[in-house]
Amino acid sequence: MADTKAAAVMPTPTRKKLPPKTIVAYSILAAVLVLVPVLVQSATGWEFIVRIFVIVGIWVLLALGLNIVVGYAGLLDLGYIAFYAMGGYAGVIIGQAVSHWTGGATYFLMLIPAALAGALTGVALGFPVLRLRGDYLAIVTLGFGEIVRICLNNNLFGLSNGASGLPYGNQVMALPFGAQWLQDNIRFQTPLGFFQFGPNMYWYVIVVMLVLGAIFVIRRLDDSRLGRAWVAMRENEVAAEACGINIRTQKLWAFSLGALSGGIAGVTFAYVQQFISPESFTFMESVFVVCIIVIGGMGSIKGVIAGALLIKGVPDLIQGLAVAGVLKMPAEMQSLMSNYRFLVFGLLMVVMMAVRPQGIIPSSRRARELLPEDGRILAEEDMQEWDVENRANTEPDDV
Amino acid sequence: MSDTTSTTAMVAPVTGSGALVLQLKNVHTFYGAIEALKGISVDVREGEIVTLIGANGAGKSTTLKTISGLLAPKVGEITFMGEKISGMKVHDVAAKRVVQVPEGRRIFPRMTVEENLGMGAFLRTKDPEGVKSTLELVYELFPRLRERRAQKGGTLSGGEQQMLAMGRGMMADPKLLMLDEPSMGLAPVVVETIFETIETLNKAGITILLVEQNAAMALAIADRGYVLETGSVVLQGPGKELLHDEKVRKTYLGEA
Ligand SMILES: Nc1ncnc2c1ncn2[C@@H]1O[C@H](COP(=O)(O)OP(=O)(O)O)[C@@H](O)[C@H]1O
Ligand SMILES: [Mg+2]
Repeated sequence: MADTKAAAVMPTPTRKKLPPKTIVAYSILAAVLVLVPVLVQSATGWEFIVRIFVIVGIWVLLALGLNIVVGYAGLLDLGYIAFYAMGGYAGVIIGQAVSHWTGGATYFLMLIPAALAGALTGVALGFPVLRLRGDYLAIVTLGFGEIVRICLNNNLFGLSNGASGLPYGNQVMALPFGAQWLQDNIRFQTPLGFFQFGPNMYWYVIVVMLVLGAIFVIRRLDDSRLGRAWVAMRENEVAAEACGINIRTQKLWAFSLGALSGGIAGVTFAYVQQFISPESFTFMESVFVVCIIVIGGMGSIKGVIAGALLIKGVPDLIQGLAVAGVLKMPAEMQSLMSNYRFLVFGLLMVVMMAVRPQGIIPSSRRARELLPEDGRILAEEDMQEWDVENRANTEPDDV
Repeated sequence: MSDTTSTTAMVAPVTGSGALVLQLKNVHTFYGAIEALKGISVDVREGEIVTLIGANGAGKSTTLKTISGLLAPKVGEITFMGEKISGMKVHDVAAKRVVQVPEGRRIFPRMTVEENLGMGAFLRTKDPEGVKSTLELVYELFPRLRERRAQKGGTLSGGEQQMLAMGRGMMADPKLLMLDEPSMGLAPVVVETIFETIETLNKAGITILLVEQNAAMALAIADRGYVLETGSVVLQGPGKELLHDEKVRKTYLGEA
């Protein structure tokens, strides 16, 4: 996905060829990931479980993108869902216009305009606002997220069909290549039960590939000049500038790479649902993505996956089980649960911040930032230039 | 010491022999409405150590920040190797190998010593061999840093952090190295080491602009010095002459 874009900014002298061991490891991982839902579905007979995997996967993608912005570059973006929306709507609007010619390739082709829509929106927003300090940036991005949603809701430029969403009532969205054939022809007996290939399985495979692609790119970014510039920037902006790092450009890269990933998640979400409407892009959705990162572990890929499983997977699973009638629950109980979900997340956040602020599976560098072993580090950080000068003059240091 | 209105005997400015590297012409810099630099002119020639001394708040750091592009002068011009650099962005100035070691030891506290030094070479992407040899040079100058290369910057002592900040500045292969109060808050023994290193760097061919409150030490190693008072140059001349100037001795060297 982001390979080409990211590669352009990485003139790393240390760039190596991908070692075969890594390729093997990734292939095994991919195989295991595909096997899990096959076995779960055949053992339980519930296709909706696979769908939950798909949705969680999309949220992992979303959270990985925001993680670049928040976790790596240290920019708090509270309107991240806007890029998800931009990707989704760009993919559907353009896709519906061309699907007559593109047919089963529509979704795959639409990854490009969706990624561009995300990234360009990111640049357009980032350019003017990235000179703002952290808290102001959070507020501006929050406002931006709401503006996008409200524009979509009000059918701005007559493109989004307002609250009723897209596609229009008389249209359908093209199914991707082979989905129908796989459904008609793939059914087999597993040790755990009978497996029938459903539409969700198709999307699951695609989402897994997107997520693995994103992880691959992000890990490469970590070792790149760009990655090191982000760490330096988080640690000390003045020193980073003195090293010749162009702070604004680096921030803009983080912002637009994150937005690009959001755009790809958005178009995937739209084609999985075969429908898109503004109610999927509320402020709460932005908050959820931030929660996933904070609870999972900022700057950590594993943490983000754990966070998505917990924040998105668990509630969806409970709801799915209830709808399927496995969990016997009256309807009002169900709606009560979905309402209380916010309370539970709120509590979870507070508890996490008190007990384990670095998240479930923190990145080693981030954990250090939150829990420095040496008091000197924090003291140094909180000092303004004036403090440094004046305090240091009155309190001579040791050697 | 704030007696700025008294007539200040100007020591005759001496022009060095090397080519002009850095020139500030009548630079005025503001913080909002506050005029921190009131028309400063400074020359730095190739191979020199030039020092700016003055009391706290005189405008020394402001001068360095204006040169490095953190601040833009409202009036006046700064040229480096004949090219106008005033108004340029910080990273563009850094790319010209005008390197500032900011005051207060701004290192990257959670990076290791070696990672810190590596960041100094951020712009030297086309020269990995050169970076390696500079790293070796830094470790030779500061054996302490070599010993602690895997240690996190924030856990170093004050003196070691200053060495690290200077080392990081050197990693950029500077043409002009600007040091902002490198001796600040350090024990006298460490200050000696720092000043010796500055002389060594200079002998190795790096032109140095040194900002100091420790006037005695700075003037002793400087080819030329400028004395700043509330945003203006009140005195300038060869280091040794300033060191013996009566007013300097009274005001900055604490003699009765
Ligand atoms: N960020 C700032 N905002 C406003 N005034 C400042 C700022 N930084 C420095 N000053 C003022 O500018 C003057 C020069 O400061 P500075 O250059 O830091 O002095 P020095 O480095 O010589 O101690 C001082 O009067 C100081 O109060
Ligand atoms: Mg100062």
